[in-house]
Amino acid sequence: MIGTAVTGLITAADEAETPNPLLPETYDIVWSLVIVVVLAFFFLKYALPKIQAVLDERTELVEGGLAKAETVQAEAEAALVEYQKQLQDARTEAARIREEARGEASAIVAESRTRAQAEAARIVENAQRQIDAERQQASVQLRSEVGTLATELASKIVGESLEDEARRSRVVERFLDDLEASTTAADAGKGN
Amino acid sequence: METALSSLATILPLAADDSSFHAPSLADFFPPAVLFEGTPFEINRVMIVRFIATAALIIVMTVVAKRAKLVPGRGQVVIEMVMNFARKGIADEILGEKLGKKYAPVITTILFSIFFLNITGVVPFLNIAGTSVIGLPLIFALWVFALYLIDAVRSLGVGGFLKGQLFPPGVPKFVYIVLTPVEFLQVFLLRPATLTIRLFANMMAGHLLLALCFSATSFLFFHAAGGLKPLGVVTLAGGFAFYLLEVFVAALQAYVFAILTAVYLQMALEPEH
Repeated sequence: MIGTAVTGLITAADEAETPNPLLPETYDIVWSLVIVVVLAFFFLKYALPKIQAVLDERTELVEGGLAKAETVQAEAEAALVEYQKQLQDARTEAARIREEARGEASAIVAESRTRAQAEAARIVENAQRQIDAERQQASVQLRSEVGTLATELASKIVGESLEDEARRSRVVERFLDDLEASTTAADAGKGN
Repeated sequence: METALSSLATILPLAADDSSFHAPSLADFFPPAVLFEGTPFEINRVMIVRFIATAALIIVMTVVAKRAKLVPGRGQVVIEMVMNFARKGIADEILGEKLGKKYAPVITTILFSIFFLNITGVVPFLNIAGTSVIGLPLIFALWVFALYLIDAVRSLGVGGFLKGQLFPPGVPKFVYIVLTPVEFLQVFLLRPATLTIRLFANMMAGHLLLALCFSATSFLFFHAAGGLKPLGVVTLAGGFAFYLLEVFVAALQAYVFAILTAVYLQMALEPEH
């Protein structure tokens, strides 16, 4: 039985006639070469460059996006600085305008005060002048009336003694001069 | 004793009838020709699996490349993640920024291609890795070999390249008696050979493991004697575990190949480090 088994084993080995697996058959080499050349060309000339191009594009896009974000950020910061500067300028301007307005207002007040004082002075002066004129007129009128009244009074007192024209005139003149002198003396006495 | 032996005999791949156990063998990797038998263009099952993986990879990458958008879809995100990993995690990490940028496309190509050709080992109905027959790993390894030889000679000159590789600085002169032949073997034979064998042996072993587990399960469930049937559960569980392991190995071996490509390029181009 064992003998048969061994014989069978040997026969099986003989029948198989398997080549040495370490020695490649010609067809094996030929087809392997074809496969490797085809795969190498396909990968190196087509597939890898094409996929790599997409990978590179993606990297570029991501980097480009980051750079763009940075630029936008910088621009935003610059705009913020600009706005703050403008705001500051506007505030300064407003303060300046307020200051000016305040100055102008006080100038206007001062001016109107001056004008009012001048007006008041003018009114006072006018009044004074009118008073003077009226007093002058009153004085002139008074002089003639006082003359007449005095003459009449004197005529009544003295009577016929003063019929003479020349004498009457002399007496009146002298009386008026005395009267004027006393009036001037009274004015001077008032402290004018 | 006799019965035990006879049941053992039924487990072993001795008889030719359907009820026997088909152990996976090296013949799996050299299936009968489908087309052009005996010519250098012979096409068998493994070649067809490779064509399918290649076509699938080209279709996936074309769709992603054609629809590539700035805001990626789900598929594009996955592809971009792998590309990013190859570029940053492998190329830049090992070769530095400048060389990394130059070689990232090659490393990315190798990572994607080997992964797709590996993963067919766990795709139902394909069931064998395109890289489990030595030709394909060998061509990938020769590509890397040619790349580092040619680029190193181009940038350092033949003398500079050989001096950097065979007489590494910083060791006493007499050490070169031993070191130089070893380094020679390393640069001109061992690096490409280990790249090839590591990949192909891993994928081959993976296929054998999976095939063994699943064919044993099938045999134990449907053809074994009643008492042996429960063992099928064990082999099925083992097969499932190995399946997950193989998914991981498919990715890991692609990563290992890609990272070693970067390492070998770095060692050839910057021998002073």
